[in-house]
Amino acid sequence: MSTQGDVRPGVRSRVQRTWLLIGGLLVLGIVYPLIVDSLKSLPLIGDFVPRTDSMVTILIGVMMALGLNMVVGYAGLLDLGYVAFYAAGAYTAGWLASQQFSQVTVHFGSTVSPDLSGIHLSMWLILILAGVFTTIVGILIGLPTLRLRGDYLAIVTLGFGEIVPQFVRNADSIKGFDLTNGTFGIAPIDSLGIGGFVFREQSNKQDLYYWTAIGLLLLTIFASVRLRDSRLGRAWIAIREDETAAAAMGVPLMRTKTWAYAMGAFIGGVAGAFLASFRAGAFPADFYFNFSIFLLCMVVLGGMGSIWGVLVGGLILGYLNIEGLATIGSKVQQGGLDFDPTKYQFGIYGVIIVLMMLFRPTGLIPERRHKIEVAEGVHDTPFYDVQLEGTLTDRDQSDD
Amino acid sequence: MTRLRSLSLIDAIGLVLLAVLALYLAKEFVGDPSRFINVSIIGLTNGAIYGLVALGYTLVYGILQLINFAHGDVFALSGLVASTIIVSVFGLDESTGVLVILVGLAATLAITIPAFALLNGSIERVAYKPLRHAPRLAPLITAVGVSFVIQNVSLAIYGVDFESVPNFIPRTDAIRIGDIVIPWNKLAVFAIVIPVLLILTWFVRSTRQGKAMRAVSQDTEASAMMGIDVNRTISVTFFLAGALAAVAGLVYLLQFNMRYDTGFELGLIAFTAAVLGGIGNLTGAVLGAFIIGLVQALNEGLDGTPGSDWTRSLVFGILIAILVFRPQGILGEQTPEGA
Repeated sequence: MSTQGDVRPGVRSRVQRTWLLIGGLLVLGIVYPLIVDSLKSLPLIGDFVPRTDSMVTILIGVMMALGLNMVVGYAGLLDLGYVAFYAAGAYTAGWLASQQFSQVTVHFGSTVSPDLSGIHLSMWLILILAGVFTTIVGILIGLPTLRLRGDYLAIVTLGFGEIVPQFVRNADSIKGFDLTNGTFGIAPIDSLGIGGFVFREQSNKQDLYYWTAIGLLLLTIFASVRLRDSRLGRAWIAIREDETAAAAMGVPLMRTKTWAYAMGAFIGGVAGAFLASFRAGAFPADFYFNFSIFLLCMVVLGGMGSIWGVLVGGLILGYLNIEGLATIGSKVQQGGLDFDPTKYQFGIYGVIIVLMMLFRPTGLIPERRHKIEVAEGVHDTPFYDVQLEGTLTDRDQSDD
Repeated sequence: MTRLRSLSLIDAIGLVLLAVLALYLAKEFVGDPSRFINVSIIGLTNGAIYGLVALGYTLVYGILQLINFAHGDVFALSGLVASTIIVSVFGLDESTGVLVILVGLAATLAITIPAFALLNGSIERVAYKPLRHAPRLAPLITAVGVSFVIQNVSLAIYGVDFESVPNFIPRTDAIRIGDIVIPWNKLAVFAIVIPVLLILTWFVRSTRQGKAMRAVSQDTEASAMMGIDVNRTISVTFFLAGALAAVAGLVYLLQFNMRYDTGFELGLIAFTAAVLGGIGNLTGAVLGAFIIGLVQALNEGLDGTPGSDWTRSLVFGILIAILVFRPQGILGEQTPEGA
C-alpha cells in the first residue's frame, strides 16, 4: 500500500495525464452531436460513426451496465435478470406519463396539454420515482434469494427476468383491468421537457436526449466511484472476496447484499424510464432474457468491478449491438460474402464471454483488487450455511 | 439440522400453501376423475423428458457445484441432429414398417449418444476445466457464454424454423380403461426413459466408475488421495450428462417440434426440477421433473387455473417458493451421498 503523502513526480504526471484524458473525452462526448455530421463524412471510417440517436441508446446501455456492475462486479452476486429492472423502470414511466389510465386525469408538472386524460407527471420526477419503484422491486426479489448461495441467486434472478416480461405481456386484463396493455405495450409516453420547452417537439430532439443521457451517465459514474470507496462499497468487496471473513468482521451479510441489489435496481429503473421516454413507449418485446446477458457481457468484457472497464466494454458492445454489426455486415456483403453478423450477435457475445473468462478473466481494464483475487484465488465457499443453521458445508478445511 | 424442531413461521406458511393446493387438486379429481387422470398422464410423459435433462444438470452440479447452463442447448442440438438423421439420412416416415422404425431409432441413438457425450466432454475440457480453481462466478459466467455459442451453432445449421419428424409412432390408443387413454407415442416415451434410468442407476450404484463419481462429489480431495482419477471422473460425468441429453433430445422430438432455442426454456424447466428434487440428488431430479411436468399439465388442462399463458411464471414461482421454503429441495438432505 502506498501512502498518500509520498507522491513522486512520475506519479503526479500520470495522474495529470489521466485527468487530461478524462477531460478530453468528456469534451468530445459533449460536443459529439455537433460534430457527428462532419465525422460521418470522413473517408473510410465515416460509415462506422454512430448516429446521435443510436448514441443515446448506447449510453443508457452503459448506464445499466454500470448498475449491473455494482451487483456483479462489486458484491459478486451474479444477476441474470437485470432486464426486469429495465422493464420495471420503463413501465413506471408508462403508468405515470401516458394515457394508459385514461379513467383518471392527473397532471403534475407535465409538458403535455392539461386536457389529456390519464396520469401525466413531470418526466424528471418520474425518473426518480421509477428508480424508487424499481428499488422496491429489487429488494422484494432480493429478500428471499440473497441468503442463498451465489449460483441459486443466478437462477432465481434469471427466473424473475423471465417472469417480468411474461407478466407485462399477459397483464392486460387482470380481473378486467388493463395494467400493461399486453403485447402492444404502452405508447406514447410523454417527452422530457422544461416548462413549455418539450424535447420531442424540437428539431434536434435526439441531441437534447443525448445530453441528458450524458448527464445521467456522469451521475452514475460519480455514484459508482463514491459508492465503491464508501463503507458500503468496501463491505461489498469484502463479501465478494470472502463471505465468511466479512461476516466475522461484522459485515451484516443480508443487509449489505440487499443494498447492492437495491443500488443496481435503482440505476436500472432510472435508465429504463429514460429510455421509455426517449423511445416514446414501453414495449414487452424489448424485455427479453438476452438483454440481461448482453449487459453482463459488457461488464465481463470491460472488467468486473472496474468502472472505466465497464464504460469501455459497454461502449464497444453497445455500438456493435446498435449499429456496428449491421454496418460491418453490410460491408461484408458488399464484399460479396453472404454472412449476416446481426443474426448471430448473441453467438458472438457468447464467444466474447468465454474467451474473456478463459484468457483475460479480469477484463480489458482490470480492477486492481479483482486482479489480485483472480491471481491468488479466493476461498469464497461459505463454510457456514446461513440457510441451514448449524450445518457445515463442503468448505475445504485446509483452506482456512 | 435436527429431525424434530418447532415449526417456524416460514414452514407454517409453506404448509398452508401446500394444503390449499392439495384441496384444490382433490376437488378437481372428484369433479372429473378421467380427465384429471388423462391430463396427469400427459404431465408424467413430459416429466419423464424433463427428468432426463434434469439428471444432466444434477450430475454435473453434484460433482463441480456448477450450473451447466449450456446443458439445455446441448439437448436441443442433439434433438435437431437426430431429426436430420431420421428424416434425411434414414428417410423414415409413417409408411415404414415397425421393425425398420425401431432399428432406425436405435441406430439414431447409437450415433447421437456418443457424439453428444463427446461434445459435452469437450465443452468441459475447453471451457470449464481451466477455471476449476477460479472464483466461483467465473465458470458460471462461462457456462452462460457456452450456452449462447451452442444455441447459435444450432441457429447457423438449422435456421429459425421448427424441425420435426413424421408421426411414425401412432397417436392411437395403446391402453384404454373406460375414459382413461394412454396413446402409443406416450407409451414409447416411457419405453425409452425407464430402461435409461435403470441403466443409469446401475452405473452409478454398482460400477467402479459410478462409485468414483459418488466419491468425488462427496469430497474431491479425499477421493484423489484414495487414488481416484478426479479429472477422468469429471469427464465421465460430462459424457454421461451428454448421453442423457441425446436420449432426451430424441424422446422430445418424438413428441414435439424443436428449434434452436427450445433448449433454453426446457433447460430452465429441467433445472427447476433438479432444484425442486434437491440438486445433486439423482432420484430427486427425476421426482422433481415428474412434479413439474404434472404442475404444467394440470395448469394447462384443468379449469380455474391461470392457463398456458402463465406456465413459465408458474414454474419459476415454484422455483422461488422452493428456495424460500425448502432450499435443500424435497430429497435434498441425502445429498451428496445419495445415488
